[in-house]
Amino acid sequence: MLQEIVISGFGGQGVLSMGKILAFSGIMEDKEVSWFPAYGPEQRGGTANVTVIISDKPISSPVVNKYDIAIVLNQPSLEKFENTVKPGGVLIYDGYGIHKKVQRSDINVYRINAMDESMKMNNTKVFNMIVLGGLLKISPMVEVENVMEGLRKSLPERHHKLLPMNEEAILRGMEIIELEQEAE
Amino acid sequence: MSEEISLMKGNEAIAHAAIRYGVDGYFGYPITPQSEIIETLMEEAPWKTTGMVVLQAESEVAAINMVYGGAACGKYSMTTSSSPGISLKQEGISYMAGAELPCLIVNVQRGGPGLGTIQPSQADYFQTVKGGGHGDYKLITLAPNSVQEMADFVALGFELAFKYRNPAMILTDGVIGQMMEKVKLPEFRRRRTNEEVRAQCPWATLGKIPGREPNIITSLELDSALMEKNNERFQAKYRVLEEKEVLYEETQCDDADYLLVAFGSAARICLKTIEMAREEGIKVGLLRPITLWPFPTKVLNRYADKVKGMLTVELNAGQMVEDVRLAVEGKIPVKHYGRLGGIVPTPDNVLDALKEKCFHR
Repeated sequence: MLQEIVISGFGGQGVLSMGKILAFSGIMEDKEVSWFPAYGPEQRGGTANVTVIISDKPISSPVVNKYDIAIVLNQPSLEKFENTVKPGGVLIYDGYGIHKKVQRSDINVYRINAMDESMKMNNTKVFNMIVLGGLLKISPMVEVENVMEGLRKSLPERHHKLLPMNEEAILRGMEIIELEQEAE
Repeated sequence: MSEEISLMKGNEAIAHAAIRYGVDGYFGYPITPQSEIIETLMEEAPWKTTGMVVLQAESEVAAINMVYGGAACGKYSMTTSSSPGISLKQEGISYMAGAELPCLIVNVQRGGPGLGTIQPSQADYFQTVKGGGHGDYKLITLAPNSVQEMADFVALGFELAFKYRNPAMILTDGVIGQMMEKVKLPEFRRRRTNEEVRAQCPWATLGKIPGREPNIITSLELDSALMEKNNERFQAKYRVLEEKEVLYEETQCDDADYLLVAFGSAARICLKTIEMAREEGIKVGLLRPITLWPFPTKVLNRYADKVKGMLTVELNAGQMVEDVRLAVEGKIPVKHYGRLGGIVPTPDNVLDALKEKCFHR
């Protein structure tokens, strides 16, 4: 198993922390992981992206040019990463942030209305966890229980009261992700 | 998942490894992309546990001279910075080489010259292995290619520095500093007592013991005949290092027609290039220098009798390529591929360069 994933969106959307939660869940399952952020002069409202690789074998390059999965959470991210998805790969986008259509027909496209859903849940902070749930639904590279266990281990005790809300968000994401286009 | 495994950035791993090694003093000044080192040290507050001093100096120049002071007392002293900050430290590094003081310096390189960019680069290779500061001196240089090696090379750097009474540098870059991977941190060691420091470093200026000649730490020697003797002593030490302390890693070199030569983050990218090239039937291996000085000259010379050519891959305009060319003594062509100013090449960029420069296609 080798999954090369890019997650990209606005700074402040939780892109880097979603990647970190995914990577930490990977090591909970004794997998090899790497997490490499674009650490330029990013700021809230600017663009941010992170490459996460999860593998059964040692990871060669933390920097790759083609991805199995691209998660794009705003329009500039779609424009930047659409062409980097491997043929037959997966592109997941958030319906709120993206208005122009995906051009390619050789990739599987999933839509997740995570921003709308987080607003319905009265908590836009769980936006990234909804997206993570959607990802795990279509590519169950780690178990949800390990994601939760990873959160429990990596978050300070005082934040543990937030765990049920995050779990609910992951499960909601798994329910609402929709296949929009199957690869030709 | 083993309890001993953590997920952290290379920069964070260096900070944790320093505390665990029993480092006595860290003197730094923040600069991207290495500020997590001093941030992590401040968060961990080791002065409350091991007694390690962590100090944000008023400048890089102050920091390296604090390292000089700590090292003169035989203490495990270190500083970290990124390219522009390391330039400021060069005078202090030269003085420490001249005074034969051991210390650890970390350079998490960013694109230059000047203030440049904050993105990853390997453009300080020349500065590190060819001098940087003035005078005929050498800097023991370690090039980690993973978060695990960032942690492990803290101990290795101090061991070599103290064994040879010479500054050592971890030369890394923004990729390895900023990326997170699995890491198993080293065991905790307690800091040495002053008695243990005296026993390990009889030259240290920890206070004169009655009956002993005073220890003098200086790089100044105005009698040039004596200064030549000092230089000869340094050179003799450097020859021993070149003989005994070279480290490198070979990947799929046995049957290779061509060798990629790369260090640090570039070597990680090349590992993927090798997988891609071999899928296309191109037999290529990777020789990764782990010590950039002393350089793996002999092993490269031996491979020059076996392979058809070499391609160095560096995040610079062609620096290590000169040392590879010197090593192979003109037996085979040695080409260079690099990206500049903070751009990180991808594995397919390297594969294209290999085809173009080695196969002309």
